[in-house]
Amino acid sequence: MREFTYERATSVAQAAAGAARPGTRIIAGGTNLLDLMKLQVETPRQLVDINRLPLDRIEDTHDGGLRIGALVRNSDLAADQRVRQRYAVLSRALLSGASPQLRNKATTGGNLLQRTRCSYFYDLAMPCNKRSPGSGCAALGGLNRMHAVLGTSDQCIATNPSDMAVALRALDATVETTDAAGKPRAIPIADFHLLPGQTPQIETALKPGEIITAVALPPPPAGVQIYRKVRDRASYAFALVSVAAIVDSVGGRIRAARLAFGGVATKPWRVPAAEQSLAGAQPGATAFEAAATAALEGASGHGDNDFKIPLARRTLHAVLTQATRT
Amino acid sequence: MDQHEATPLHLTRRSVLEAGTAAAAALLAGTPQAALAAGPPGAAPAAAAPAAIMEVTLQINGTAHALSLDPRTTLLDALREHLALTGSKKGCDHGQCGACTVLLDGRRINACLTLAVMHDGQAITTIEGLAGEGLAAQNPANTPTLHPLQAAFVEHDGFQCGYCTSGQICSAAGMLAESRAGMPSYVTADLAEAQPALTDAEIRERMSGNICRCAAYPNIVAAIRQVAGTPS
Repeated sequence: MREFTYERATSVAQAAAGAARPGTRIIAGGTNLLDLMKLQVETPRQLVDINRLPLDRIEDTHDGGLRIGALVRNSDLAADQRVRQRYAVLSRALLSGASPQLRNKATTGGNLLQRTRCSYFYDLAMPCNKRSPGSGCAALGGLNRMHAVLGTSDQCIATNPSDMAVALRALDATVETTDAAGKPRAIPIADFHLLPGQTPQIETALKPGEIITAVALPPPPAGVQIYRKVRDRASYAFALVSVAAIVDSVGGRIRAARLAFGGVATKPWRVPAAEQSLAGAQPGATAFEAAATAALEGASGHGDNDFKIPLARRTLHAVLTQATRT
Repeated sequence: MDQHEATPLHLTRRSVLEAGTAAAAALLAGTPQAALAAGPPGAAPAAAAPAAIMEVTLQINGTAHALSLDPRTTLLDALREHLALTGSKKGCDHGQCGACTVLLDGRRINACLTLAVMHDGQAITTIEGLAGEGLAAQNPANTPTLHPLQAAFVEHDGFQCGYCTSGQICSAAGMLAESRAGMPSYVTADLAEAQPALTDAEIRERMSGNICRCAAYPNIVAAIRQVAGTPS
């Protein structure tokens, strides 16, 4: 680990001021940041510890939703009875991620900001446009079994690793932030993570000095909520494909559906056309295949990860079958 | 409050092997302990000024320990290298194996993925402290006894080489507390259920953060199942 100075923030404003300084990283759970610092992928000159700020509550909002403090631990969020009963897709997604020890540390804000697990991003000896802009992408012609088939560019095909963010995408969450001047901003989850394009090192819409204070959930949408994760082992592994689905059916017809995908794209992936194709449809193979075709529009494999396209199709089919079982 | 200075690190064959020859040479030359915890010499730029040493008090197994630490020191290195509490093991050092699992305010965490300076004043229980819990709870005469989980791991042969065992047992202690608090897992069929039953499938999922390369999993599950079935 490179040397750094350590400071414990006593106010949100102090933390935001710290975040505005070049070479400074905010540390919350630290489970991803310290891992990267040990490998010198991250080399901050200063850490600002926000763990003792009062951002660890889950509150009911006036509109019937929830506001989740940025420091609410993943395990506490997953276990909250309001989340389990009304936002089961979020609880299940959180519980599918990492290990219990890591979830006891990892925070809501930190989960949104976790970096890709692309092995070339982690390997200082290899080119990586995300870690070292302009150096190239070793994954494009390398071992890319875990990599993205959607939202990629000629600069980067790294997958966003979060399960939580996939559920938040399906739930239309809003990321609440503040800057050093105390100016709040609300960023729709759809706009929070950025496509790599020509600047894969810029991963989110956060500006320097802007920190996440909370994630707001609108009232839960009607319907069955499912999160299914397909991975190389039964637990404690990143997704090859994951699907967050909220499907509202009535009288043998699908009234509305929301679908978000993890493991396959450079950001949590949602395709309105796929959801629209299901609205009013009779559940069954024809409707599910049409939705899968729309959801995977433009998907392109890079060799080792070609399998993710049919796997995503089949996982969606299985999830929709489960969601519409009467 | 019983204040301790950093326990001197005894130079043994074992610590020499663990620290590596370069670090051991630095130790012989009188380099401060903090340099050891910072990782291999050369990890930091040679020209950089030494990191500011910070004062930290950790409540470990009920005793306050005042330490002077390089901020880079992980909680695991503080325990092992500065306090000679070597029950917590360093396996992968990247939060992937669970061998370093300790309880922070009663909740299980990976001690390798957190900095000691982040936990000033907080209560940490290590495997050494779990044994102490067994002492107090079951044994007024204060003769050495094991925590019920430790006894169950012995009874069910829940290990082979033993390297992951202290992490497994600390993790199991945290897991049983989570289960008693009604926390669900990924395999819980009905998330709305207030008190999911601790089936073998639940134990396996909830213990998935602890890897055992000897694959003693069936016996680990049996040991935990026995303790889970005992009212506490």
